[in-house]
Amino acid sequence: MRLLTHNMLSSNIKGVINGFPLRIEADNVVVKQVDFNPDFLKNMFSKIDWKALAEASKIMGYPELPDETPDHSILDSDDFLQKFHHALLELHLEEGALVCPETGRRFPVNKGIPNMLLHEDEV
Amino acid sequence: MPPRIAQIRLVSSHPQVYAPCDDSFALVDALLADRSKLLDHHPSICMEIGSGSGYVITSLAIILGSGSKNAHYFATDMNPHATKVTRETLEAHGVHAELLTTNIASGLEKRLSGMVDLMVINPPYVPTPEDEVGGSGLSAAWAGGENGRSVIDKILPVADNLLSEKGLLYMLFLAENDPLQICLQMRDKGYGAKIIVQRSTEEETLHVIKFWRDPDIQIEGNEAVVSGGKTAPQRGLDFLRSQISRLSFRETRQQR
Repeated sequence: MRLLTHNMLSSNIKGVINGFPLRIEADNVVVKQVDFNPDFLKNMFSKIDWKALAEASKIMGYPELPDETPDHSILDSDDFLQKFHHALLELHLEEGALVCPETGRRFPVNKGIPNMLLHEDEV
Repeated sequence: MPPRIAQIRLVSSHPQVYAPCDDSFALVDALLADRSKLLDHHPSICMEIGSGSGYVITSLAIILGSGSKNAHYFATDMNPHATKVTRETLEAHGVHAELLTTNIASGLEKRLSGMVDLMVINPPYVPTPEDEVGGSGLSAAWAGGENGRSVIDKILPVADNLLSEKGLLYMLFLAENDPLQICLQMRDKGYGAKIIVQRSTEEETLHVIKFWRDPDIQIEGNEAVVSGGKTAPQRGLDFLRSQISRLSFRETRQQR
């Protein structure tokens, strides 16, 4: 699971109001190289919840992103785009869990695949 | 020359995962038929709901290939064996999609809303008793409830929420699902529709229908109105009649 996916994922349990971001428990993180595409990053920048990405990146062992949402003008910096690219697309959570911030419910991640299936009483 | 779609010999399998069949091939053929349009479309985020063996999402990633470096892929399935098999199929072809074991797109609906440029869906479309829908095993891949519409009718509003302004949806239906009624229903939500593939086998008649947000349709209140005064369902009927006439030909003849 890439952090792009983590940034798009919320707790889906019935009644949960603030289900984002899911807290990451990282047991195994792998890095997989992805072609660098600045256009995609520039396009995604406004859609990314920055604080969630920076925090997740830290937990995944890459504390190189600014904590606060940077100004749009930072997209002119190639150095920034490379770091954004690495955090968003190249860090993979292979084994671990995603934890609902409101209920503490753990969603396991195995072989890089989060399992968001709910129990009957959670739907 | 690299293969243009997923290779069957490289598609992974599991006893509880639906293997590629005529319906999967029809959906991939529709994507191949529209390949140049899809490349011109430059989808940024692509998604499959119900990826099963991974044959369709892998084929899509290969079809768009290096011509659309921009594209990122998501695939969901409610069967955990299926998402695992999908991952194996993707890896065997050297392509990547982000996978999620979930019901339809549950968990993504808030944050991914309005971001998906291309969506492909081969839903459980077979008419079955309602209590066979959504089981934990293989039957969930095809059991569609009354008229095969139970899961389809749950997926369509989710797709509407996830699709971007330029979003395209390629979805497979059986004649028994009443595709004309589905097209009109989507028209009410502002979508144009076109049949890309129609195919009859001994057992079933399949249609792959492409939907897109049609800017000519303005939603007023609960009714879609097209410039010119006709309501959208009316124009939808005019628009679709030529296509659907072929579609209903068999049934019409049987009635006679």
